[in-house]
Amino acid sequence: MRSLFATLGVSIRQNRGFYGALAMFCIIYFFYHVLHPRGFSTNVLVANANESVALAFVAMAQAIPVLIGGLDLSVGAVMTLTACIASGLLHGSPEQIVFGMVVTVLTGTAFGFFNGLVIVLGRLQPIIVTLATGAIAMGFALLVRPSPGGRVDGDLNWALTNSLREFADVYGLADGGRADWFQPVAWVPVPLIILFGVAALVWVPFRRTVTGRTLYAIGSAEGAAYMSGLPIARAKIAAFTLAGFFAGCGGLYLAIQTSTGNADIPQAGAYTLNSIASVVLGGVSLLGGIGSAIGALIGALILRVISFYFRILAIDPLLQPLVEGIVLLLAVSLGAVRALRVKNRLELFR
Amino acid sequence: MNAIINRIKPDDFPILIAGGFVVIILLAGTAYTMTVMGTAPLLTPNYLMTQLQIGAFLGIAAIGMMMVILLGHIDLSIPWTMAAAAMMATSVGGPAAIPTGLAIGLLVGLFNGFGVAYLRIPSMIFTLGVDTVLRGLMVAHTGGYAPQTEATELMRWLASGRVLGIPNALFVWAAIALIIGVVLQRTAFGRAIYATGNKEAAAYLSGIRTRWVIVGSFVVCGLCAAAAGMLLAGYSTRAYQGMGNAYLLPSIAAVVIGGTRILGGSGRLTGTVVGVILIVLLNSVLSIMQMPEAGRQIIYGTVIVGMLLVYGRNAKITS
Repeated sequence: MRSLFATLGVSIRQNRGFYGALAMFCIIYFFYHVLHPRGFSTNVLVANANESVALAFVAMAQAIPVLIGGLDLSVGAVMTLTACIASGLLHGSPEQIVFGMVVTVLTGTAFGFFNGLVIVLGRLQPIIVTLATGAIAMGFALLVRPSPGGRVDGDLNWALTNSLREFADVYGLADGGRADWFQPVAWVPVPLIILFGVAALVWVPFRRTVTGRTLYAIGSAEGAAYMSGLPIARAKIAAFTLAGFFAGCGGLYLAIQTSTGNADIPQAGAYTLNSIASVVLGGVSLLGGIGSAIGALIGALILRVISFYFRILAIDPLLQPLVEGIVLLLAVSLGAVRALRVKNRLELFR
Repeated sequence: MNAIINRIKPDDFPILIAGGFVVIILLAGTAYTMTVMGTAPLLTPNYLMTQLQIGAFLGIAAIGMMMVILLGHIDLSIPWTMAAAAMMATSVGGPAAIPTGLAIGLLVGLFNGFGVAYLRIPSMIFTLGVDTVLRGLMVAHTGGYAPQTEATELMRWLASGRVLGIPNALFVWAAIALIIGVVLQRTAFGRAIYATGNKEAAAYLSGIRTRWVIVGSFVVCGLCAAAAGMLLAGYSTRAYQGMGNAYLLPSIAAVVIGGTRILGGSGRLTGTVVGVILIVLLNSVLSIMQMPEAGRQIIYGTVIVGMLLVYGRNAKITS
C-alpha cells in the first residue's frame, strides 16, 4: 500500500502540469453541472462530449510534435482535409463505410508522414514546414470539396454522437440496449469512448516503446539523445506521422458529427491555434520534453468547458471573446510563478 | 565561378535566390500573358507600383515580425493589433487618429514584451492570448459590426495617394524599412537583438539587458502592426472585423523566405523585403492566371518548402 502511494507521489511530482490540469478540469466541470439547470444528465454530457472530441483529437495531434520541441501548424488543415474526404465516403454498405473511415485516417497519417519526411530529410524547422504544408493541405481540401456539403450515413451519425444505449439500439446489440447487464454503462457517451479508446490504444503503448521514449529525449536534449544512440530520425518521423493520424481521427469525427465537409480556412486556423492553447493548458511544455498527449486532451476539454460556461452564465455574447482571452492569458500566466521564484536568473534562459 | 560563389556572404545567399525567384515569377507570368492575351501587363511600371502598394501593408507587418523572430520569438497578436489600431484610429478621427493608433501598437508591444521577457511565458502562447483579448475588446467596442467611422484624410492620402506617380504607401514602407535597417545594422540595440537571439544567456552575461531588448523588439513589432493596420484602413477607407487575419502567416513566411532563421540570431532586413515582394508577386501572377484558390494554396505551400530546401537547412545535431 505504502509503495502505491509512493509511486503516485513520484508520478505527481513528475507530472505537476498534467495533474494540475486534471484537477482544474474536474473542478470547473463539476461546477458547470451544478450551475446547469439540467446538470448531471446524459443529455448534457453527450452534447458536451460531441463538441469537444474534434478539438481533443487535434490537441493530441499537436502535443506529439511539441514534445520533441517542434510545433505542427498544419494540424487544423489536415483535420479539415480529412473531414472533407470523409464527408464524401461515409455512406453506402457497411463495407463501404469502413473503407471510407480507413481511407480518411490513412490520408491524415500519410500527410503527417510526409511532414516528417520533409522535416527530417530536409533538416528544416517544423514550425515553418508545417506552415507551408498546412497551405498544401487546405489546397487539397478545397479540391476535394470546393463548396460545403457531403453525405454521411444517418445511422452512423446518430450512433456515434449519442450515448451507448442509442449505439446499441441502432446496431441491435445487447437487446437493442435494453439488456440488464448493459444498464450501468448505457449512459456513457460514445464520443468519449472513441476519444479515450484511441488515446489508450495508440498513445499509451507508443509512449512505452523506444521510439516513444526517444521523443522525450529529443525534447529534453537532442544532442544527448543522439550521443546515446537513440533513433532520432525515426522518432521525429513517427511524431509527425502520429500527429497526422490524430488529426485524421479528428477530421473523421468532425465529418460524422456534422455530416458535412467544409474547406473553411479560418476554421482550420482556429483549430490549430486552439490546439496550441490546449497543449499548454494540459501541462505540455512548448520547449519540449515534458507532458503527454493525454494532458493535451484534458487541456482541450478545459478550453471547451470554459466556452460552455458562457451559455449558462448569460454573459453578454459581445463580451465572450474578451472573457475567453482573459481566461486563457490568466491560465498560461500561472506558469510564470516559476519564473518569479527562480533564484539564478541564468536558469530562465533556454 | 566558384570564386564568385565563395565571395557571397552566407547571409546574402537566401536574398539572391529569393530575388532570382522573383524574376522567374515575373518572366513566367509575362510568358503566360503574352501567349493568352498578347500583352505584358506585368512589366508595366504602373502594374508593379500597384502591386507594391498592396504589398506595403504586408511589408510593414513583416518588418515588425522580423524584429521578434530575430530574437527567436514570434508575435501571433499582429492580426488584431492591426485591427485594433485601425478601429481606434478611425473612431477617434481628426489629427489625433494616427497617434492613437500608434499608441495602441505601443501598448500591445509593451504588454507582449512584459509577458515574454519578465513573466517568461512562451511568446507563442502569450501573444496568442493577447490576440484573443484584443479581439474581445474590439468586438465589445464595435458590437461585432464593421465600424461606421471613416479613415481620416491623412490616412487615406498615405495609403492610396501618389506623389510623382509613386504610391505614398511605398514611401511609408521604404521609410520604415530604412529606419529599422539602420537600427539593426548600426545601433547597439540592433546588435543586442542579434546577440540575444543567438544565445540569450551569453548576451545576458556580456552585460546586455536582454529583457529590455525583448520588450523593445515587441514594441517595434506592435508599432509596425499598428502602422500596417492604419494604412490598410486608409486604403479601404474604413476599418473592419478581422482585417489583419490575412497578414499573420504570410508575414512569417516572408520573413523566413528572406533567410531569417526562425530560431533567431541571423537574418537581413533586405531579405524580408524581398520575401514580401516574392509573396505579393506570386499571389498576383496566380490571380492573373485565374488559378482557383485550391491551386494557389498548393503552389504557395510548395514554393515555401522549395525555397527552404534550397537554403533553410539546419546543421545536423550530432553532439
